[in-house]
Amino acid sequence: MHRNPDRPLSPHLTVWKWGPHMAVSILHRITGGALATVGALVLVWGLLAAAGPPDAWATFTKWATSWLGILVGIGLSWAFFQHSLSGLRHLVLDIGAGFELRTNKLWANATLAGAVLLTAAFWALVWGLAK
Amino acid sequence: MSEMETPIARVRGLGSAREGAGHWWQERQTSLGAFLLYLWLLVSLVRLAPFDQRVVADWLRDPFAAVPMLLLVWVTFRHLRDGLQVAVEDYVHDEGNKFFVLLLLNLFAVAAGALAAFAVLKIALGPPAA
Repeated sequence: MHRNPDRPLSPHLTVWKWGPHMAVSILHRITGGALATVGALVLVWGLLAAAGPPDAWATFTKWATSWLGILVGIGLSWAFFQHSLSGLRHLVLDIGAGFELRTNKLWANATLAGAVLLTAAFWALVWGLAK
Repeated sequence: MSEMETPIARVRGLGSAREGAGHWWQERQTSLGAFLLYLWLLVSLVRLAPFDQRVVADWLRDPFAAVPMLLLVWVTFRHLRDGLQVAVEDYVHDEGNKFFVLLLLNLFAVAAGALAAFAVLKIALGPPAA
């Protein structure tokens, strides 16, 4: 990189006031990364177990219903809902809409609240089915 | 002859990563495809509970479950690869490391995707459980 030291640097990330749009932006990456690694491995494991002998399926369901499995499941489901809602928001932003300050902040906050609500609703449903 | 070209003419249409908007557009398309297919999967899984192996296998033998599941596997690993590639390009600055990490990412996506697709096909095309 050839930078002329006499020219000013653009303001660095840390000088900006932290806002919901920034939180949602970095959460989109973090949740995407988690789904792409942990989520993908769980998907492959589950499918291989379903295609395998009965004890392979038993091992998978035993892990999936353990406290650690449920904890990972809650994390992955929240990551899925956060990444999905935030992704839909990005598709709207991609067509050039929703950049007005108030609108942008509203929908950024809506993805955060929506993901938590959907995760709670999903696990309430799972808990109801498990009973 | 190449000196006749201006620098801008050589790079025009190539984009910053030398491939234009193709990757970007692919990522958007697979995002929408993945969203619809995962909604389908969530609804299907809720209807399958409790998850007896035979119930899951019988469900995946139906072409209208096996085909969406194969599409879901494809779109998942395609979108995952495209998404992680952007993150790698943003955070891994050394060209050599970037080359190596992207290579590993491609190998992971293809291998894991192929394993998942094989598992679906094995159930879908295999004999019904006795």
